[in-house]
Amino acid sequence: MAETQTMREWLLAETPTSRRHAKISALYQGWLSFRSNTMAMIGLGILVLLVFIAAAAPLLSPHDPFVQDLGNRLAPLGTDGHIFGTDSLGRDILSRLIYGARITLYIVALVALIAPIAGLLVGTVSGYVGGWTDTVLMRITDIFLAFPRLVLALAFVAALGAGIENAVLAISLTAWPPYARIARAETLTIRSSDFISAIKLQGAGPLRIITKHIWPLCISSLIVRVTLDMAGIILAAAGLGFLGLGAQPPSPEWGAMISEGRRFILDYWWVATMPGLAIFTVSLAFNLLGDGLRDVLDPKAGE
Amino acid sequence: MALTEDNNQRRPTRAPLTDQVWPFLRTTLLTLGSIAVTLLGLLFITFVIGRVMPIDPVLAIVGERASQETYDTVYLQLGLDKPLMVQFFYYLWDVLHLDFGTSLLNARPVSEDIARVFPATLELATIGIIFGVVLGVPLGVLAAVRKGSWIDQIARVVALVGYSMPIFWLGLMGLLVFYGILGWVGGPGRVGIFYVDVVPSVTGLILVDSLLDGNWDVFKDAFSHIILPASLLGYYSLAYVSRMTRSFMLEQLSAEYITTARVKGMSEWDVVWKHAFKNIRVQLITVIALSYANLLEGSVLTEIIFSWPGIGSYITTALLSADMNAVLGGTVVVGLIFILLNIFSDLLYKVFDPRAK
Amino acid sequence: MNAINKLLTSAAIGLAVGVTSFSAIAETPANMLVIANRIDDVTTVDPAESFEFAGSDISRNVYNRLVNLDPMDLAAGYQPDLAESWEVSEDGKTITFTMREGVKFHSGNPVRAEDAAFSLQRAVILNKTPAFILTQFGFTPENVAETIKADGNKLMITTDKKYATSFVLNCLTATIGGIVDKEVVMANEADGDMGNTWLKTNSAGSGPYKLDGWKPNESVTLSSNPEYYGGAPAMERVIVRHVTESASQRLLLERGDIDIARNLNPEDVAGASSTDGVKIEDELKGRLMYLALNQKHPVLSKPEVRQAFKYLIDYEGMRDSFLKGQYTIHQNFLPATYLGASEENPFSYNIEKAKELLAAAGVENLEVEIGVREAQERIEIGQSFQNAAAQAGIKVNITVGTAKQILARYRARELDVYLGAWGPDYPDPQTNAGTFAYNPDNSDEANATGLLAWRTGWDAGGLTEKVEAAVTEGDREKRVQMYLDIQKEFREISPFVMMFQQIEQSALRDNVMNWSTGQAVTSAAYWQVTK
Repeated sequence: MAETQTMREWLLAETPTSRRHAKISALYQGWLSFRSNTMAMIGLGILVLLVFIAAAAPLLSPHDPFVQDLGNRLAPLGTDGHIFGTDSLGRDILSRLIYGARITLYIVALVALIAPIAGLLVGTVSGYVGGWTDTVLMRITDIFLAFPRLVLALAFVAALGAGIENAVLAISLTAWPPYARIARAETLTIRSSDFISAIKLQGAGPLRIITKHIWPLCISSLIVRVTLDMAGIILAAAGLGFLGLGAQPPSPEWGAMISEGRRFILDYWWVATMPGLAIFTVSLAFNLLGDGLRDVLDPKAGE
Repeated sequence: MALTEDNNQRRPTRAPLTDQVWPFLRTTLLTLGSIAVTLLGLLFITFVIGRVMPIDPVLAIVGERASQETYDTVYLQLGLDKPLMVQFFYYLWDVLHLDFGTSLLNARPVSEDIARVFPATLELATIGIIFGVVLGVPLGVLAAVRKGSWIDQIARVVALVGYSMPIFWLGLMGLLVFYGILGWVGGPGRVGIFYVDVVPSVTGLILVDSLLDGNWDVFKDAFSHIILPASLLGYYSLAYVSRMTRSFMLEQLSAEYITTARVKGMSEWDVVWKHAFKNIRVQLITVIALSYANLLEGSVLTEIIFSWPGIGSYITTALLSADMNAVLGGTVVVGLIFILLNIFSDLLYKVFDPRAK
Repeated sequence: MNAINKLLTSAAIGLAVGVTSFSAIAETPANMLVIANRIDDVTTVDPAESFEFAGSDISRNVYNRLVNLDPMDLAAGYQPDLAESWEVSEDGKTITFTMREGVKFHSGNPVRAEDAAFSLQRAVILNKTPAFILTQFGFTPENVAETIKADGNKLMITTDKKYATSFVLNCLTATIGGIVDKEVVMANEADGDMGNTWLKTNSAGSGPYKLDGWKPNESVTLSSNPEYYGGAPAMERVIVRHVTESASQRLLLERGDIDIARNLNPEDVAGASSTDGVKIEDELKGRLMYLALNQKHPVLSKPEVRQAFKYLIDYEGMRDSFLKGQYTIHQNFLPATYLGASEENPFSYNIEKAKELLAAAGVENLEVEIGVREAQERIEIGQSFQNAAAQAGIKVNITVGTAKQILARYRARELDVYLGAWGPDYPDPQTNAGTFAYNPDNSDEANATGLLAWRTGWDAGGLTEKVEAAVTEGDREKRVQMYLDIQKEFREISPFVMMFQQIEQSALRDNVMNWSTGQAVTSAAYWQVTK
């Protein structure tokens, strides 16, 4: 007990003893303020649960998600052995949802890696270097911004062939321009600040300044934005799945499941509704988390 | 402001006139230039995508049964044997003459098709954004003023649910409940079938056309058809608009001048609406413009579910059947609208926000 | 007085319309037929070019043909239409048609033998996709002035050799046999296109309906031709509305906003059939579902492997579940109801048998790609097959793509396995025999992309000659036997796994009578419909 007490005191110390101490202390204080936000904690809880479900899918799912049973198709909710019923080919919906969590996480993780990093790269270079580079890069960003998003994604998937990796690339392609804009705006403010001039005087090159000093400062606002965008990304992936351009059958991608189930919406509503609810829950979780993170990381947004 | 400008222009001396005109002209030219460059880039990328796509436009025209001979004839007719850049310049040349070509699939001029499908989307998006703004802005303001109260929580839930709901699911369910079971609204499509082509198409917006024609039945019917998809789309912009409004308002309400105003004894209503809200107008308009632009892209999924013949499903169908003239035409229109709305909100910034000068 | 009456009446009508549109169940007007259908395949309404389902529906109701099929009695075969009678010359190569007198086009121009000759010549000269239906008789743009001739009210057609007369006449009942108004069409000619551009979106026929408008992916509007020689149709307006979702179609039908829903899936059919005021009508269509195994593939080309795949289809399971009521098992390339169609379905779902065959061929660790178009029922057939194949040790990867995407690869002979659907083009056995079992030159250079056997890389195993012989056989009984023999051999040796034949289920408001989608032989007809 005393041990934790001191730990807590150390973490909340007013005068940090080292640079590392200061960092950890700041993180802890952020965590405290985040923890007091119930909604955000719920969001985080759901996502942790999702990761757990995805990791333990083979243990958790009651059936093989691919095994068909045409004799027992479209079984209703609460059927023995199939709590969420079965789909058009008699596959267990719950098991498919559980395995589908892996695909959703996979999409989310990949897009969250690709789009913000691409945006960060373009935005910081554009903002730091300025001049012609800035004009050209921002023009390109504008072009991609002006594209109808789904059309761009559709065209891209159509060009490369349907499939989950291509869907991820396509979504990233439509998602990076706003990040580039944010990163550029941040870079412009940071670039003219005194501490950058000081670092320059010490002889740091542009590469070092961008990677070591500008990027870390841009990241917090990007994280907030990415988390809030995650819901949109999941929905976009589901939308591609809905149009038959996402994951290929028999993969249990949630959007594709809705697409398969929507044919029965009038009489067998749960076939489309269960994956719909799954998408809704995860999107909501990301939104709650993003909202909370914004409070912690980006106080100037005023929430 | 307008007055001074007027005075300036009437001044007889020449030099100050050019001083006044030149920066303006320069800005205009630069803006126009950037529009042109963006559009050109947009066109080029779409064009390249269209050409590298493994969907065969020739096959789209001639169908599954075509002999190789028929196939080859059409291939040459489309000029597909020429190098990519040559094809692009041919296309550009036509576009500069306002000719978007003919749809490969239905043999009509693309401009005619767009004139038909765009008003459908415009109508839907406009009603949607009105819905979103009328409900979203007050909700956002209220949530900010009563921060942390139950109304703030409700606003948060409403918005986050809006962000998180798959629209195709919500659309199908809405259709089932409000049309199928309750019969409160019209079904899929823009008007009931016996009202198709009843009023002459002037603007292409059925609500407006029926009013111009004085035909209330058509108006009522069209309204009963548009209300459900429009409220769905409206809900999504409501979520965004209310969230952003809340955020902007909180920033203003914590500013010093608000405290000063309160100290001076100004009524809360005046503080909120006359001071804080007045200052977020410009930001808000940008948000609304962006949201409107998104709706105008055409929500493909909503359009499919509601059999709404709008630009979103037009471009998608065209894309999936490799009707590149149609895709290019649609993309240019949508892109242009996006760019124009962006410039419009930039201009507002410059007009209303003194700091931006 | 009169004016006041008028005013009152119109007010009453206005009120009635206003009220009905908001009451619980709406009803379409008594003289109007409203159909929900997918019409996104319509790319042109020119009969010389139109080739897809929804486009053929329009043509059937707008254009008369020389001979035609009666929607009330399709089994009777071709009947006189614009040609009142015909005679066949002794050498069997020339058919002389006598034109019906007094028939007028929608424009008011009389229908002459000259118009008929022009229409057929035009189709040959334009040489659009469906032109092969006519050019297979040896017509070419060069000789067409000689081989298709008008003389007074007679029309003479001369083929390059003797064919079964029924074959020639059956072909003339196809969409491409539609007779257009020469004067109107040529008045709208541009750049020597024989009016093709204009006819793509306009009509110039003599049929029971004229085309008022076609809005792509939105609607087709037809109005009746009161001067129609067969009597003015009961339905004065026909509106075909593009509704993609089955659920939306069903809701529209149940609410009474439409009269006919044409694309309900099995579940919605089951649901709608229990609704008051809705009835379901089944018609056997000509569309077949099949798998094509690429013969350029080293393993798929082994005879045992071809055979094994025919045991890897859960025919009954699929028919009784997600295809319920809409497909029937059919393992031959001639659709049931066609002349010479075989009813033999020897293959059943048998994993063990398939395993034996695969083992006999020495196949291990086979992995193949199957191309499937993005239609739900096909994706499900694909998955069911994938599931069965996995049990026999074959790994099947499904690639879903848009129609054009997958088709292009099939035509280029690139897909391992293609899950296809095929509908006959005209009501004669040659239409399918000539594509499934006919391939005179299997080399890549031949590029015979129109032939399914060529696309599959199959030399037709000696069936080509038999198909050629069957098409010229004048004796009906002998011809039937020849097709039965060809199909028997085809079932055993071909790389095509024929699976199902389609049943179209139309859901109708129960006051709609005499509806016909044309069964396996033709397209939908509206003029005989009453309410």
